[in-house]
Amino acid sequence: MTPSRVSSSLATSGQTWLIKGVQPAGGPATDLILAGGRITETGQGLTAAGAEVLDGTGLIALPGLVDLHTHLREPGREDAETVLTGTQAAALGGYTAVHAMANTDPVADTAGVVEQIWRLGWQAGLCDVRPVGAVTAGLEGSRLAELGAMADSAAQVRIFSDDGHCVSDAMLMRRALEYVKAFGGVIAQHAQEPRLTDGAQLNEGEMSGLLGLAGWPAVAEEAIIARDCLLAAHVGSALHICHVSTAGSVEIIRWAKSKGWRVTAEVTPHHLLLTDDLAASYDPVYKVNPPLRTRVDVDALRAGLADGTIDCVATDHAPHAIEDKETEWQVAAFGMTGLETALRVVHAAMVDTGLLDWAGVADRMSARPAAIGQLDGSVTSTGAPSTGAASTRANNSRANSSRANSSRANSSRANSNGAPSPFALLHGRPLEPGSPANLVLYDPAARSVIDPAQHASRSRNTPFAGMELPGQVIATFLRGEPTVLDGKLAR
Amino acid sequence: MNRHLISAADLSRDDALLILDTAEELAQLAERPIRKLPTLRGRTVVNLFYEDSTRTRISFEAAAKRLSADVINFSAKGSSVAKGESLKDTALTLEAMGADAVVIRHQASGAPHRLARWVRGSVVNAGDGTHEHPTQALLDAFTMRRRLGRVDGLRVAIVGDVLHSRVARSNVLLLRTLGADVTLVAPPTLLPVAVSAWPCEVSYDLSAVLPKTDVVMMLRVQAERMNAAFFPTAREYSRRYGLDAARMALLPDHAIVMHPGPMNRGVEIAAEVADSARSTIVEQVANGVSVRMAVLYLLLGGADLGDAGTGAGQAAAPLADAGRTDAGREGAGWLSNEAAEVAQ
Repeated sequence: MTPSRVSSSLATSGQTWLIKGVQPAGGPATDLILAGGRITETGQGLTAAGAEVLDGTGLIALPGLVDLHTHLREPGREDAETVLTGTQAAALGGYTAVHAMANTDPVADTAGVVEQIWRLGWQAGLCDVRPVGAVTAGLEGSRLAELGAMADSAAQVRIFSDDGHCVSDAMLMRRALEYVKAFGGVIAQHAQEPRLTDGAQLNEGEMSGLLGLAGWPAVAEEAIIARDCLLAAHVGSALHICHVSTAGSVEIIRWAKSKGWRVTAEVTPHHLLLTDDLAASYDPVYKVNPPLRTRVDVDALRAGLADGTIDCVATDHAPHAIEDKETEWQVAAFGMTGLETALRVVHAAMVDTGLLDWAGVADRMSARPAAIGQLDGSVTSTGAPSTGAASTRANNSRANSSRANSSRANSSRANSNGAPSPFALLHGRPLEPGSPANLVLYDPAARSVIDPAQHASRSRNTPFAGMELPGQVIATFLRGEPTVLDGKLAR
Repeated sequence: MNRHLISAADLSRDDALLILDTAEELAQLAERPIRKLPTLRGRTVVNLFYEDSTRTRISFEAAAKRLSADVINFSAKGSSVAKGESLKDTALTLEAMGADAVVIRHQASGAPHRLARWVRGSVVNAGDGTHEHPTQALLDAFTMRRRLGRVDGLRVAIVGDVLHSRVARSNVLLLRTLGADVTLVAPPTLLPVAVSAWPCEVSYDLSAVLPKTDVVMMLRVQAERMNAAFFPTAREYSRRYGLDAARMALLPDHAIVMHPGPMNRGVEIAAEVADSARSTIVEQVANGVSVRMAVLYLLLGGADLGDAGTGAGQAAAPLADAGRTDAGREGAGWLSNEAAEVAQ
């Protein structure tokens, strides 16, 4: 059991916190004061009358993590996860904002559904929930969903994705990329050429051949990524690539970025650590879309994340009920949970290997995903047809006013549910005075074996079960209020 | 030997030779007037078949019955996957009924691996999806040894839909263990992309391979494969990769022709080849029973055939008891029972 680092248990709303001797992004130790939802002061030997004191000795402070890719399963599969249990898991993993994918039942393809999910997240109060809107109605890939209505809704959707399905029709993908320019949207593509992956079960290679599982070729991902980079360049829009899994994909994205095209990409923790030989047990806990790949791919993904070709880590947290995993491999559901293990996996895969320092982790797990999700205050909604100097100035002034409105209590942009606009809620900001007090305190010296029974997620399908991983999330703060203390939910 | 037989890769060379030698002894039994042994009396063998495969089921059933095991046929076809009981619940049911061995045929690769986690008894893979069919490989090796006197050093060509073939996978692994040199022959579309990592040679040209071949094993090819563009038409497949009389003439005189069945006459194998003296296809069926007896005997009995038995129902009784115990009485009725079930 972790000894309590908190001097008093009376943590209440509006409480001032003094965090002693913590290392922001792994840098020199400092004290932090959190008050009124913000970081108000940093420095040595700070005092604050009436503050709760948290001993941060030996702990790393990172800006609250931001996940671009979470499946919360509500509405529709509340037996696998709910917004509440999913955001509990997120908080325990150090997250202060998650993007909820659209493949719920009903699909998040209307303003009504995305507002419902946004509201559920707000009511749970553990982590900001940003709904991702479906690109096509019902995820069916045949006609566009009402993207503008979702963008204009209280949820102010900016990322659109048919995740779980590829927008495989090139014409439809082109139109989606074009259309979202009107409100500064991003299309997040699940890159999977459907004809090349009909019935596919496992990365096509030595293991799939040996195990007699239908192969899932790397080219099925890479061909779509290449096509979509070209489409994004052609129409001058923003493309985000979900869960990049192959060495070839990294190469293509590196090339697209070298052209200056607006392409961003994410990699999952499991693709940074695990390989397809785990499928030899036929245990569907290792069944995931895209599939686990080879050591060569893992190394390329790590290198791509380290050099910034891949912008960020996104969990693709995909909870599934036990009966959907305790089956034959080919009938099992695709997906793995990830929120509660992501930071520790990145620690093992990137920090312990010397590929990324803690400032790099802060960038790839908080600042960059926040920027892609437009939660960092650098971009606000646009109707401007270009990104020239004039609009950049406009963006800056909008960003400043957005920052001014960012505290929960003072928001002047509250919607009809009493919740503020998502754009008033900043994430991914550096840990400095004036930033919202969204942060995670992490003990890098801890080590423990992953036990799914201890997870807050309603599902248990973690591929890291039984694996010893470094680190432990000690505390998570959302706008100055602890959601996690002493490694346990604070509320 | 392991408790289960799930993959041919589970078998060491010694394990494989023990099974083949045991099968040879058991095959003698088939020549006796009473073909039943008491060795597995009181043991329960469940045939859990999620796919139609009358020939494999009957072969396992005959094997288990000749060893006096109680046989339960559980046809789960239609109750699989999306609807009905899960594999886990079926496994727990079989466990509760006290199955000592479960012989499973399933359309999903790896289903026997999953089953083995949920039952205490032995699991025998009778064919899982496009993965493996280890007893088929054993009976093929047994057939080669009977016809050609050895497996070690034989040049074996396996021809056809390797990509989807559980027979090919198990044969490549087992024949390698037993020292044969395997060449896979197929159109590139029907080979796994990483086949170069397999312990065998690969060729796209059947006619070039045949003169250097002691055993040619033709795999069943499903005409529906052409719908997914694996080949243009069944006729073209047959011309390029089928074994007809003209191609058979390229084989050395001693070479044999094998097929795991069921055959598509006129597609991968011409009728005159299937019915020729080189063909071992009918022998393979008979040998299948002997090999499966050996597998069940060794998995459930655990004792070498030469060892003294410790009592029926606990360990395998020695083969020497054959025909001398009350197995004779039971055995008298066995043939007619079997015939009756087959008729159903």
